[in-house]
Amino acid sequence: MPTQADDTRAARAAFVSCWSCKGPVAAQALFCHTCGAIQQPAQLDHFRRLGLEPDFDTDVDMVEKRYLGFQRAIHPDRFATRPAKERAFAEAQAVALNQAYETLKDPLRRAAYLLSLKGVDASVSKEETVRDPELLMEVMEAREALMEATSIEKVEKLQAKAGADAIAVLSGISKAFASDDLDAANRLTTRLKYLRKYLDETRTRRIALEQEQGTA
Amino acid sequence: MSGLLQIHEPGETPEPHAQERGIAIGIDLGTTNSVVAVADGEQPEVLRDAHGDGLIPSVVALMPEGVVVGRAAQDLRAKNPDCVVSSIKRLMGRGVHDVKALAGVLPYRIAASGDSVGMVRLEVAGRSITPIEISAEILKAVKARAEQSLGQGVTQAVVTVPAYFDDAARSATKDAAKLAGLDVLRLVNEPTAAALAYGLDSGAEGVYAIYDLGGGTFDISLLRLQKGVFQVLSTGGDSALGGDDLDHALAERAIAASGLQKLDEAGAAALLLAARAVKEQLTERDSVKLTAEIGGTKIDFTVSRREFEALIDPLVQRTMRACRQVLDDARVTPKEIQGVVLVGGSTRVPLVRRRVEEFFGRAPLADINPDEVVAVGAALQAKALTRGSDTLLLDVIPLSLGIETMGGIVEKVIDRNTPIPVAKAQDFTTYQDGQTGMLIHVVQGERETVDACRSLGRFELLGIPPMVAGAARIQVTFAVDADGLLTVSAMEKITGIRAEIAVKPSYGLTESEMADMLRDSLVHARDDMEQRLLIEARVEAERVLLALDAALKADGALLSDEERAAIDSAIAKLRQAIKGEDRDLVNAAVESLDHATHAFAQHRMDRAVAQALKGHSLDEVEASMASDPAPDGRRPGRPAE
Repeated sequence: MPTQADDTRAARAAFVSCWSCKGPVAAQALFCHTCGAIQQPAQLDHFRRLGLEPDFDTDVDMVEKRYLGFQRAIHPDRFATRPAKERAFAEAQAVALNQAYETLKDPLRRAAYLLSLKGVDASVSKEETVRDPELLMEVMEAREALMEATSIEKVEKLQAKAGADAIAVLSGISKAFASDDLDAANRLTTRLKYLRKYLDETRTRRIALEQEQGTA
Repeated sequence: MSGLLQIHEPGETPEPHAQERGIAIGIDLGTTNSVVAVADGEQPEVLRDAHGDGLIPSVVALMPEGVVVGRAAQDLRAKNPDCVVSSIKRLMGRGVHDVKALAGVLPYRIAASGDSVGMVRLEVAGRSITPIEISAEILKAVKARAEQSLGQGVTQAVVTVPAYFDDAARSATKDAAKLAGLDVLRLVNEPTAAALAYGLDSGAEGVYAIYDLGGGTFDISLLRLQKGVFQVLSTGGDSALGGDDLDHALAERAIAASGLQKLDEAGAAALLLAARAVKEQLTERDSVKLTAEIGGTKIDFTVSRREFEALIDPLVQRTMRACRQVLDDARVTPKEIQGVVLVGGSTRVPLVRRRVEEFFGRAPLADINPDEVVAVGAALQAKALTRGSDTLLLDVIPLSLGIETMGGIVEKVIDRNTPIPVAKAQDFTTYQDGQTGMLIHVVQGERETVDACRSLGRFELLGIPPMVAGAARIQVTFAVDADGLLTVSAMEKITGIRAEIAVKPSYGLTESEMADMLRDSLVHARDDMEQRLLIEARVEAERVLLALDAALKADGALLSDEERAAIDSAIAKLRQAIKGEDRDLVNAAVESLDHATHAFAQHRMDRAVAQALKGHSLDEVEASMASDPAPDGRRPGRPAE
């Protein structure tokens, strides 16, 4: 049972002081309910910033909707003629919102972020050596096949296969998170990262081939 | 319910500064022509001269009797080639190094300069002058036209830049506006402005492509429109390819055909002008004769549309490659595009239209004059920023930003097409034992190596405590604001040592250069500055009074008579101070009012906490403050659905 002191502490933590009218305002509010001033962004994870529960299977349409709804309210353009302090807070809010949106709309970033929330460092953005020998082998073979593909049709075939693999991996990640199997989620996220990179390479290769054939 | 749970719209509170605001204008500062528009009434309007001409040629003549801008400057060129500058936009934010590559092609005389780094300077009428100063002259002329036409002073503007402009060019543009006495409310990307002008907001939904072939730059942007939000999905282009290049191609062919050996500056300018006229006429006619007399040699050269098209097709194909790239970046196929908007005079060239139509599989939209559409969009955005609006522009950065790491390799910190404003931090470390300093070299571009990217600036973080290699944690933060301007800061995380730059040392103006120029141009004299600070102090004081007023209405009952009296007296003193001219007095009165309300703030917080605990579980209270989604998301807590 929480004590009364705990409750008081929690109650205090639920409010911050509005910078403008000094009154109490809910810690995650965008605007003060008394004086209407825009507030500094609260410390929130990307899901909660958009009013969502942390979940890999989060509804992307909802992410989109909430993002746009919030942008309408806090975008710096709405504060262009306001004092510098309010402009700065609007900018900080928009930065936080953009970051949440960029992270959650993309399943790869979303997976890596959710892993980091759960204490697993997936480090999607960093170059690092593949530790999974099976994956390593697969990546090397796929790259080789791409190098050898000299027709657009062949590249398209490889692209289609990688695309289908990526979809399968996505559903695997979803299942892994659903059963709280973080190891599997992490492994599949790494795999998705390499598939993505490979898909980019197939695209580059196809454009190169198209240009070769176009000028030939 | 108690006051705690009352939630009202922030928009209901009155504006913090009720001082009267002037009209904000929209400016398209173009390579060839500049246009100014205003959207004060219902319809946006391009401001024209007495002859009904909306275009102000972006040409500046520095004559002994003074500066001349526009058509008059153009007319001075033949007799005074040394005094006249055009196409200056191509040099905005460029360094000496960048320009060497262009020097043979473009009609500029680059001033000989001792240092090979830093901003390029031009030699005009025996003066050494920066592109920023020349652009400022154009903007002064634009401002003058607006003031004359509106019959009132103008100090605020939205200025457009090519989406593909890098950070240095954006900074340079903002500096130029400042020199011209204009406060830039926002830099807006030209294609985004064009989309806005197209009234694509009038219920249009879906993905639109904006194909913008300006005088000196080419931009292609994809925007998604939904319910008045203009979201840029991806943008690309070529900052060194424009309609000018079509003229050049023609001029070169004419030179080759006439056996002309070497052109002087005046000759080259005259020939380019003739070439542009031919390009324009070929839109309507199948064959045009180019005649010019250059340095005594008569040029008589007939070109058919077919020949012209063969000449420029490689350039047009280059723009199509950029189109393919942006579609790819946004993962959109040409079929998914709802419409293509053409911007820029050179999109009148039939071959350009044909290629665009082939690529996107639909006829492009060109109902608004392509020369004026950007300025109209800028004016609409100026109105939105000052008067409010239902539309919203969400833009992106056009080029990736990164820093140089060992071996001249670029580590990207922010990828291109990331929505702005954005801030991202990345950790780096030392590579030598005992290393106490770190050079941070900021670059922009898509390539892997530093040499192939654009250098934006360098700064050093000093005072890192000696540690073994790899032990220090240097956090580098890139922040890009809503204008697309970058600030970089670095911090050693263990000691908290910081260094920071606004990235503009190489190609923009330094603070002291800016101060000197402002002094020279007398745009903001000292008195002006004082006046500005006083106005700012008053604005802040008004804000404090309004916020307190709202607080007193909501929670005034919490005060004892004595406390209330102290606050009221402090309010009266502040109101008195605002009426005066003494800035320090205003600030002091704000401070004592702040002091007087200290206990009030405490009472309010205590009551909120007490109410939270009394009768309601904390979850309930929090939920009631944080939920209740409003349609526009403006209420505290959870967002709009």
